[in-house]
Amino acid sequence: MDLLSNPFYQRALAAALLIGFANGFFSGFVVLRRNALSVSALSHTMLPGITLGILMTGALTQASAFLGALFAALMVGLGSVAVARGNRVAQGTALAVIYTSAFAAGVAILPRLDTRQELEHWLFGDITAVGNSDLWVAFAIGSFTLLVANLLMRPLLLTLFEPNVAAAQGVPVRTMQYFLFALLVLSLVASLQAVGCVLSVGMLVAPAATVSLLTDKTHALFWGGGAVGALGAAAGVFLSSSLGMAPGPVIVMLLGILFLLAWIFSPRYGAIALHRR
Amino acid sequence: MTQNHHDCCAHHAHHHELVISSLRVHYRKTLALDHISFATSCGNRVALVGPNGAGKSTLLKAIAGLVPRSGGSILWRGSPVKRWSREFAYLPQREEVDWSFPITVRGLVEMGRYPQTGLWGKFREEDATAVDKALADLNLESLQHRQIRELSGGQQQRAFLARALAQEAHVLLLDEPFTGLDRNASRQLGDLLGKLAHEGRLVIASHHDLATAPQLFDEALLLSTQPIAFGPAAEALSEENLDRAFGQICDLQDRAPTVVANASL
Repeated sequence: MDLLSNPFYQRALAAALLIGFANGFFSGFVVLRRNALSVSALSHTMLPGITLGILMTGALTQASAFLGALFAALMVGLGSVAVARGNRVAQGTALAVIYTSAFAAGVAILPRLDTRQELEHWLFGDITAVGNSDLWVAFAIGSFTLLVANLLMRPLLLTLFEPNVAAAQGVPVRTMQYFLFALLVLSLVASLQAVGCVLSVGMLVAPAATVSLLTDKTHALFWGGGAVGALGAAAGVFLSSSLGMAPGPVIVMLLGILFLLAWIFSPRYGAIALHRR
Repeated sequence: MTQNHHDCCAHHAHHHELVISSLRVHYRKTLALDHISFATSCGNRVALVGPNGAGKSTLLKAIAGLVPRSGGSILWRGSPVKRWSREFAYLPQREEVDWSFPITVRGLVEMGRYPQTGLWGKFREEDATAVDKALADLNLESLQHRQIRELSGGQQQRAFLARALAQEAHVLLLDEPFTGLDRNASRQLGDLLGKLAHEGRLVIASHHDLATAPQLFDEALLLSTQPIAFGPAAEALSEENLDRAFGQICDLQDRAPTVVANASL
């Protein structure tokens, strides 16, 4: 395998394992929160958010990208809640209108900025183009997310399961919800380089969704999701070169196929098992 | 005193009083609860009864600290409850719970230990013991490794009660615990609440079935935003008081079918 001696591939593989594991782990929260679609909306707001970050600071750095993305995500998220207050428009409707508009604004403004990267790169990422510094950032963000999520696992799970009961026990439910939101934005920013803002949704939902069909154990959802995410991403990088396709889409397709297999063949919750019952 | 007698005992009930005075709650601009005052103590089962929108759930949530109060005070065992108390446990309506959450009965009960373990404290031996005891008290030992969706309605209610026991809660706040249970499960839950109260806990539950309230509860608070009557269940829920609480609504319900009947003639 002379692929493995290629530094681009080494870095791509390392990035795939790192980001795949961190996002796969975090996908456990997304699945438990039961609002994967709003994660999709959130990921699309990354683009206008980062554009905004570049506009304000004049340069693209991880920090400006994160702040811009966080700002845009907050605006879109809170905006949809505010619009839905009037009871006339459902929050999902408001969210869809606002995030697509924001996304369109991002697509329109991006070519006018003085950055070297193409639109396609933002949308689908390029894992073979990650540099050493990108790897370190992915590693730092991934470790931070994992560490914090594990330290706060108990209050986070209590909040996700039943916020009222948790609040009555003294869990700072509001803080936990904001916290989860911030970690989610952080994970999205971390995976931007590798798979872009559109495909990152797949990495933040599919792994735990697959595992949730195979287990009833809460912790398995997170660690299993991490394992599925890391293996899927690494396998995607390998496969992409022999298929002659871009790695990002191959990774996400692979994760989709794994989910489909679990959905069909899961011994307890699979389509076949349910049909036989 | 028997072994399993809870430490918060009926025989020194005067130490374990819950006193609620002129409680008031607003939802944005609407007044949801006003002038709510009553006092009760451990060992009692209190029903909250009233028409839809009377504020039964809101009162439970206000006591549990889930909705902010805009006035009044809550005194538990002589000291004011500022926001929430670890001795209070809130049990939601069954339909509000996500039963497909990947968690076992034991995992659910373990969540009750949060006030003891805190944000990231270790789950210790004594926590496991408390969980074991709660599971045993509520006859859930054989079901402890089941996923919570696989339980019947009555068992699900018991699992949440076990979570409250693991928390060592003295005051149990239940939102419509009997809704959706069949007759046997209802009777079992009624017996269980009686046992928990007898052991010295205070049970407060919203309840919409007027016929069963006097058998299932010792005291009742009849309310419609404001309190209408409070006292022993049978007295508080007298015909006269119920008319005052439900008057207008019964009127409306009586009228609606008449129109249909006329139309079909």
